[in-house]
Amino acid sequence: MPTPIKSITNPKLRLEVLTPEEIRKIHEATLWIIEHAGVRFPSKRALDIWQSFGASVDAGKSIVRAKGRIIEEALEQAPAAYTLCARDPSQDLPLDGNHVFVGTDGCGVEVLDIETGARRTSSLRDVSDIARIADATAEIGFHWVPVSAQDMPPETRGLHEVKAIWENSSKHVQTESIYNEREARVAIEMAAVLAGGGEALRKRPLLSLMQCTAPPLGQDGGSLDAALLAAEAGIPTGFMTMAACLTTGPATLAGNLAVGNAEVIAATALLQLAYPGAPVFYAAAQTASDLRSGAYTGGGPEDFLFGAAQNALADFYNIPLSMGSFATGAKEPNWQAGVENSLSTFMACVAMSDMLLGVGLLHGSRIWSYAQMMMDCEIFSIIHKTMQGIVVDDETLALDTIAAVGPGGNFLTQKHTLKHMRDVFLPQFMDRRPYNEWEAKKDDARDWALAKARKTLAGHQPDPLDRKLSAEMARIIKSIEEGNK
Amino acid sequence: MSTDLFPKMAQSIIDGDSDAAVALARQAVESGLDPLEAISKGFVVGVNTVGEAFAKGDAFLPELVMAGEAMKAAIAVLEPEMQKRDMTRTMLGKVVLATVEGDIHEIGKTLVGTMLSASGFQVYDLGVDVPSAKILAKVKEVDADIVGLSALLTTTMVKQKEVIDVLDKEGLRRKVKVMVGGAPVTHDWVQKIEADGYSEDAIGAVTIAKQLVGAA
Repeated sequence: MPTPIKSITNPKLRLEVLTPEEIRKIHEATLWIIEHAGVRFPSKRALDIWQSFGASVDAGKSIVRAKGRIIEEALEQAPAAYTLCARDPSQDLPLDGNHVFVGTDGCGVEVLDIETGARRTSSLRDVSDIARIADATAEIGFHWVPVSAQDMPPETRGLHEVKAIWENSSKHVQTESIYNEREARVAIEMAAVLAGGGEALRKRPLLSLMQCTAPPLGQDGGSLDAALLAAEAGIPTGFMTMAACLTTGPATLAGNLAVGNAEVIAATALLQLAYPGAPVFYAAAQTASDLRSGAYTGGGPEDFLFGAAQNALADFYNIPLSMGSFATGAKEPNWQAGVENSLSTFMACVAMSDMLLGVGLLHGSRIWSYAQMMMDCEIFSIIHKTMQGIVVDDETLALDTIAAVGPGGNFLTQKHTLKHMRDVFLPQFMDRRPYNEWEAKKDDARDWALAKARKTLAGHQPDPLDRKLSAEMARIIKSIEEGNK
Repeated sequence: MSTDLFPKMAQSIIDGDSDAAVALARQAVESGLDPLEAISKGFVVGVNTVGEAFAKGDAFLPELVMAGEAMKAAIAVLEPEMQKRDMTRTMLGKVVLATVEGDIHEIGKTLVGTMLSASGFQVYDLGVDVPSAKILAKVKEVDADIVGLSALLTTTMVKQKEVIDVLDKEGLRRKVKVMVGGAPVTHDWVQKIEADGYSEDAIGAVTIAKQLVGAA
């Protein structure tokens, strides 16, 4: 029996980060940007589509300028809700605006080895191991490709990665590491093998695709072609902006939101023009660049605000949101990682982002840490509990029990206490021991989290993938590799 | 009278005001000022002031970049005058920069270019998605000291190695230092492909480049 996936639903907490008037202003600014500054679409197929729908296309520079009406009408075609399907249907994820699901982060390039702790280049084996642990972890609803399988050929790396995850987990796979038409075509073929054909895959998308925009105001040609192919096959597809204040966006938060929004909604509109009704999502991981180095920061008050604001925008367009939270800039699991990942994830959760990316990476999504993975899951659990808020009714007010105890007694012996004690959150990785116990061992959350990851990896057997399907996927990848020679 | 221009030149760089820097450079040319002096006693003083403020934490990256851009604009005006007088500016070295083939990520590479040229390197920026053969051709054409290669994807990062292999094949590897950069580039990768240096950010890249040409 798979562990039921933990998700935030029916939240009692609310936050208004932008007023309806402010959202409208950002939307209008975005349409102005798309119409006047334009967005670069370096794909012949994309430019042809824009042209045929009456947008102004500068073919030499691949810049599209489209009237607001074209964008708005296209976006209206997008479905408001759909389901990300899993190999095991009990682990399907409804993206209906009333669930927050967490995925693994991606795509790192190094791993803190689960046994030795040494930092080393990531490999396919790591992709498998992480997927296996994620499969057993209730807080994780779906997978991104957590780290790059750098021991596999660059041309088919993305295919080996999704295959490894499917073989080690029955949860939904979303890949962020396939960004060209050629690989996307094969990945969709592999997903169809799993689903039992193209039509079955359309009904139950076992794969979804996340593409990055190229800020400011640009797209990547390979990503566009991959996304169009996915949309055609009914594979849920999203465009993620990482436009950052100071470097790839204005220093001001509103301006940076408008730049990122222009990239995302223009690309989303393109998919809807080509394939009306195709399942799409809004994706964002905006930040402010570091003032001194210009580097990606992966945390800060700006990130936290973006986390909530982008959900407001995705809601305005009535499409699901995939939000970059966690993603700390910390070099190891430490104070910074705790602060950044807690606050970014809280803000994204309180705004009810449909998907959160994701657990496990350090140093701005570059270094995988199994300890961080587990501690990030605990952060989500704490927020999950917080989001349930305070229930006020006769049972929870407990007047009979209060009267029975009266002044000066205690509640430990009350049946009401026994009945409700398990509602109280019990952390896995917080140190609540007496001082002397800590002093004797001087261990902490990182040790316990790592131990849990090790135990899970050693003990968890995922629902096995039919060997025939696995062999068929291997055959498909091999035929591509041989064709490349 | 023309020496009154020096403090103004420095200030135009400190303000990151390219228009003012260009106007002052033109004034210098018109009044017959030695262009090398205009650079060393005027504009460079501004660059150094901003650089020192940055090192102390009093100035931020945008100020550094704007100072670099203003400097570049001023020098573009002075360059023809230097040629006319058969003068050459002493540069720290020649750098060919590119984002490798298959990769369109630009900003990090461009930032490195601005920082290097503000620090006294001659920079030839080939842009993004540049095939290895084109990089090699430019290296030969300008007799480069350093090649800087950017990549943001693990799948395109392999092209950094390809450029190194191509340089090796052409017998240029000993002569030309190779710097690599981009988010997925790690110390292990640098060692594996035997690159000469890498930095996670543009400021660090300048330090590395200076070391590579023996100017640090």
